[in-house]
Parts: sequence; structure tokens; C-alpha cells
Amino acid sequence: MVAKLPEKEHPKQSFGWAARDQSGVLSPFKFSRRATGEKDVSFKVLYCGMCHSDIHMVKNEWGSSTYPLVPGHEIVGVVTEVGSKVEKFKVGDKVGVGCMVGSCHSCDNCTNNLENYCPQMILTYGAKYYDGTTTYGGYSDNMVADEHFIVRIPDNLPLDATAPLLCAGITVYSPLKYYGLDKPGLHVGVVGLGGLGHMAVKFAKAMGAKVTVISTSPNKQQEAIERLGADSFLVSRDQDQMQVAMGTMDGIIDTVSAMHPLLPLLGLLKSHGKLILVGAPEKPLELPAFPLLMGRKMVGGSCIGGMKETQEMVDFAAKHGITSDIEVIPIDYVNTAIERMLKADVRYRFVIDIGNTIK
Amino acid sequence: MAKSLEVQKAFGWAAKDASGILSPFHFSRRENGDEDVSVKILYCGVCHTDLHSCRNEWGNAHYPLVPGHEIVGTVTKIGNNVKKFKVGDRVGVGVMVGSCMLCEYCNQDLENYCPKIVFTYNSIDKDGTITYGGYADMIVVNQRFVVHFPDSLPADAGAPLLCAGITVYSPMKYYGMTEPGKHLGVVGLGGLGHVAVKIAKAFGLKVTVISSSPGKESEAINRLGAHAFLVSSDPGKMKGAIGTMDYIIDTVSAAHSLVPLLSLLKANGKLITLGLPNKPLDLPIFPLVLGRKLVGGSNVGGTIETQEMLEFCAKHNITADVEVIRMDEINTAMDRLAKSDVKYRFVIDVGNSLYQQ
Repeated sequence: MVAKLPEKEHPKQSFGWAARDQSGVLSPFKFSRRATGEKDVSFKVLYCGMCHSDIHMVKNEWGSSTYPLVPGHEIVGVVTEVGSKVEKFKVGDKVGVGCMVGSCHSCDNCTNNLENYCPQMILTYGAKYYDGTTTYGGYSDNMVADEHFIVRIPDNLPLDATAPLLCAGITVYSPLKYYGLDKPGLHVGVVGLGGLGHMAVKFAKAMGAKVTVISTSPNKQQEAIERLGADSFLVSRDQDQMQVAMGTMDGIIDTVSAMHPLLPLLGLLKSHGKLILVGAPEKPLELPAFPLLMGRKMVGGSCIGGMKETQEMVDFAAKHGITSDIEVIPIDYVNTAIERMLKADVRYRFVIDIGNTIK
Repeated sequence: MAKSLEVQKAFGWAAKDASGILSPFHFSRRENGDEDVSVKILYCGVCHTDLHSCRNEWGNAHYPLVPGHEIVGTVTKIGNNVKKFKVGDRVGVGVMVGSCMLCEYCNQDLENYCPKIVFTYNSIDKDGTITYGGYADMIVVNQRFVVHFPDSLPADAGAPLLCAGITVYSPMKYYGMTEPGKHLGVVGLGGLGHVAVKIAKAFGLKVTVISSSPGKESEAINRLGAHAFLVSSDPGKMKGAIGTMDYIIDTVSAAHSLVPLLSLLKANGKLITLGLPNKPLDLPIFPLVLGRKLVGGSNVGGTIETQEMLEFCAKHNITADVEVIRMDEINTAMDRLAKSDVKYRFVIDVGNSLYQQ
């Protein structure tokens, strides 16, 4: 049986930009989405954030990409249609979709609102949906998703600057809570000041932490302190600064995905401190056992968050006025944006103005 | 400022240089002060740390070095301020004999994390002298660092609990690894590992032993009561166990990769590493992040928790599997320990075999 053309696969016409091969270059792409099922919510996409994962995927850096690939998992818009069994949303609601659109709903993780750890979790793009078709992400004009994976965006949040919360936001919010770094008065370090890092600073401050940014770029210091509200800034290559800060932090959120040594970061922790990795270098890192044992320290990971927690995070952001710092771009700038992201030349997230530029 | 105390004679066995060979050694200890408890030593366990220290494998040995931090004995003298112990009590002394007693860790009964911790041997005490451990006829210890040794526990088989026991008990509590019905993997079946199996079973956990020695399987299952045994060098078996464990206690002190061990954990699983290899461990980040897994360390436990652990072991009849030796057999025992040729702890019958020359 010949595979259906993307345009003919489903009844609803969609238009977006897709990567066609490992060059990762995106170009216009006509495809289709399923009709709104009884538990589905369909929405017109207004904005989509550009996550570094989008780059990994369009360039097949994780070896799992199939083409054409429509990336985008920081998607916000306005509901256009709801299925007959949808209870929580109606036409006109402001909603978002993050990194997942499906899970098994029966395993221990799903039962505990941890769909993100479900072995059968379905990614928003580049994955196989329950019906065997490929999922397409938010660099497109419309979106359909099961109600369970839709997040309500409170009215007081601007849609464009809220989009990145759906991946970057939850990626740092979840471990701050899980690892107990959300208590007022704690000293939290944030390694790397990019899409994830700047969100970590904002959330940690809102939770009452004293925040130190640890970065290789001294020129980010002023931004970090004056605009993002960090309490202090450490240049990680400066041995003297790092030495003085040893044993001062309760926890560290490490957003860096390049290879880097863990020993100096472990040294910054107090006893019982926690080093949490949310960036994922491809090769193993060296973990010295001595500081771990002598200070009862731990190294843990975290990957986005479950749907309940994602909604909680968005509501928390609305209450505290937390949004991402963004540069809004038209869709045809997307390839240039990718080049700039590779040079970390963005403060701190590109957001594609889908509503006005994908027609 | 502590007034300088008189000294008294003591006798034990010490390593005199990095060969690690132990021989008789006359030395002195302080006289019993107001806060002190004097203990006539009956038994002392031989911990792998004793071996590392005697042979200066960590580069920090002060010779002569009297090792031994799994001490059980009887009280012979108590200081004026000592209320918790009386002469004749059976007591234990573990890995530490001093701390600052002022810091946030000491105030939370976590003396083991005090930056000024004084270890039972090879450490500089508050008066500037080197501490000498339990391969000796007696020891004088501040009452804060002495525990009651439960009557129902045999002194010889119970001695190793003072280091091996607390070393596995403490992280199991701290990291929340005690939920009945959950699945624990224990890596390495030696002094720490075999005690971990016993304590885990007492918590109601299902236990799988992971070992590089297929010859240990029968022991693990039939004698120690582990539910399953995985040969770590068998890729097929390891693959079959992927994503099946809630917790792992890794007791291996040789350098090794955490890659295969992390894959055994379910999502949200926890791996505690207790060994001190001389090279860093290989930590793969993807599985840590994608599965929200964690790797944590732990170092013995505070005195109050050590007491709690002993009561727990007494209640559940948990002791170590020991081979009791004479003091003059210690060098042979050390050589065998270096080859892991012991099931699973040597314990020196100090009371009956330490003869003065």
C-alpha cells in the first residue's frame, strides 16, 4: 500500500514549515491533521517558541528524526473547535501545547500525573501517534491535540512571551519543586544563561531563592543582575571567584548541554546539596565520588513535567508575572534564527509570530 | 579550652609504613575525662577502609596507624558528666570520635557531615594528637560518640554494623528507599553489600544482587535471601533487567561505569554510591534527564541514627556474616580482604587474642 501524501493523510488542511533532510533547513510544507475527535481540542496557532531541541531534531542529531519534520513544542493559540466529550475548554479559549500529545494513561507514571516519564509518551512532533501517523509540531497554522495535553493560558499572560513556558518554563519549574529547591531563603545556582537558564532565574526568584548565575560569559553579568534579578554572578572560568563561592549553594540547576566538568559545580554545593541537570550532553560526564559521599550530595536529572504540573507552572507564572524574554520573528526568518541560536545569539528565546506570518 | 589530660598506656597493632603490615604497638591514650567513656575492646571488625588506610592508598596515612572503627566492648570507666552509660554496659564505637558540636550539622545529629569531624583513627583530635582505632585493648571516647550495643546482638557478628550497617542504613532512610514491595538492586556482595541485602529485606524490599562473580549466586539467594541475582558481565541478563529497579545501592569501590546500572532503574529511580574509587565514575546524562533519575552519595551516619540502626538490626536479628580471627592473623586477613576472599567481614577477637609482649 502506498503511503499517503502528507496533505491527504487527514481531512484537515494544515500549512507549516518543515525540515526535509538532515541539513535542518526549513521550508514551506503543506500537510494535514486529523479531524477534531470527541476528546480533541483544535486551535489556531498564534505563536510558537523555538527550542534548542528543535535544532537537534531538524538536524537529526539524536538519530531519531524522520522527514518531513515540522518542529515546535512551545505552541499557543486560540481554540477553534472542541470535540463532543471535551469538558475543560471552549471555542475562543487561549490554550497551549508543550512537548507531548499522548501517553498510555495506565502506567504508574501516568497515574501519578507524570506522563512525561511514561514509556509510551508521544512527542508533539517527529513521533508516531496512536493511529500510526506522524505528529507535526507548532511551526504551523493549526494544531489538534487531546484535551489532556492542552494547557489553559490565563488571560493576563501575553501569548507570545508565554509560549516558551511550555517547554523551557516547565523544564526548570519541575525540578525546582521535585528536588525541594522551591523553599524561600535557599541559595540556588543556575548554570548557563539561555532559554532555560533565564527562566530558572525568574522562577527561583519568585519562589524566594537567592540566585547566583554561573556562566562562561562575563558580559552576561549586567543582564543577569539588573534585568533578570539574579543576586550574584559567577564567571565559571575565574578560579578565584569559584573558590570563594564553594560550599554556598543548596542547589544548582545546570542548563548546559555541552560537555563540562561537574567537579567545580559539586564544590559550589553545601553538604546535602543537589546538582540538577536539565541539559543533556551526549557523552557521559565524569562524576567524582568523593565529594558526593563526604557531603551527601546528589546529582539528578529532570525532563519537562507532567500535564498537571505544567498547568500549575503556567498559573504560577501568571500569578507572579513571569514570562520569557523573547525576540518575535516572522516564519521566514526561522533558518536565520537557527543559525543565531547555534551561536547563542538571542536574549533568550525566538518566538515565531505564526498568526501573522503563516498564511 | 579543655584542660590537658594525663595519659595512660594502651596496646594494639599498628601499620608502621605503606606496606600496611601490622605489628604490635605500645602507645598512649588520654585519661578518662568528664565527658569520656573508657571501653575495654572485645571485638573489632575489619573494614575495607582499614586496608586502604594502612596501605596509604588515599595518601593521607599518619604512621604508626592503628586502624579499626567497628568496635564493640564493655565500659570500664565513665566521666563525671556521663549519665547515659555505666560501668559494665556493652557499647559500640563506630567511625567517628569527635566533631565541633556547634555547627548546623552537629545540631541536627549529623556529626558525620561536620566539617571538623574527627575520625576514630588516623585523624587529628582536638588536642592535636592522632587518633588510634579499635585494633587495641581499650579506647577512650567522648560519650556523644558511643552507642549502646543491644543485648540481643552477638558482639562479634554485630561489630561490623558500626560501619557497614550504618553506611547502608543511613542512605536508605535519607533517600527514601524503604517502601515495602519496591525493588532494590545491590551492586557488589562484600561487607557492605551483604548487610544491605539483609537490611533491605527487613524493610520489605525485593532484592536483586548484581555482581561480577557468578560464584556468589547460590550464597546470595539461598543464604542471604536475595530474590534474584544478576551477573553484571552478562549483557543478556542485564538487558532483561532494564527498567526494573526502584533503587540501587552500589557498594563497589573499583572504578566502574554507571551506564549499565542507571539503565536498570525505572524512571524516578535512585542510585546511591557508597564506594570511593580512585577514578571518577562515568555518568551518562541522557538517562538521568529522560528518566528523572538521581545518583547520590552518603557517608556513614550520625550517632543517633547509628543507635537507631542497631535497634532496628536487633529487632530484625540482623548481624553480619563474619569470620572471627586472632589479632596475630590480621596481616593474612588483610591480604585475603584485598582479594575479596572473605564471607563477608573479618572480625578480630581482640578480647581473647591481643597479648602484650
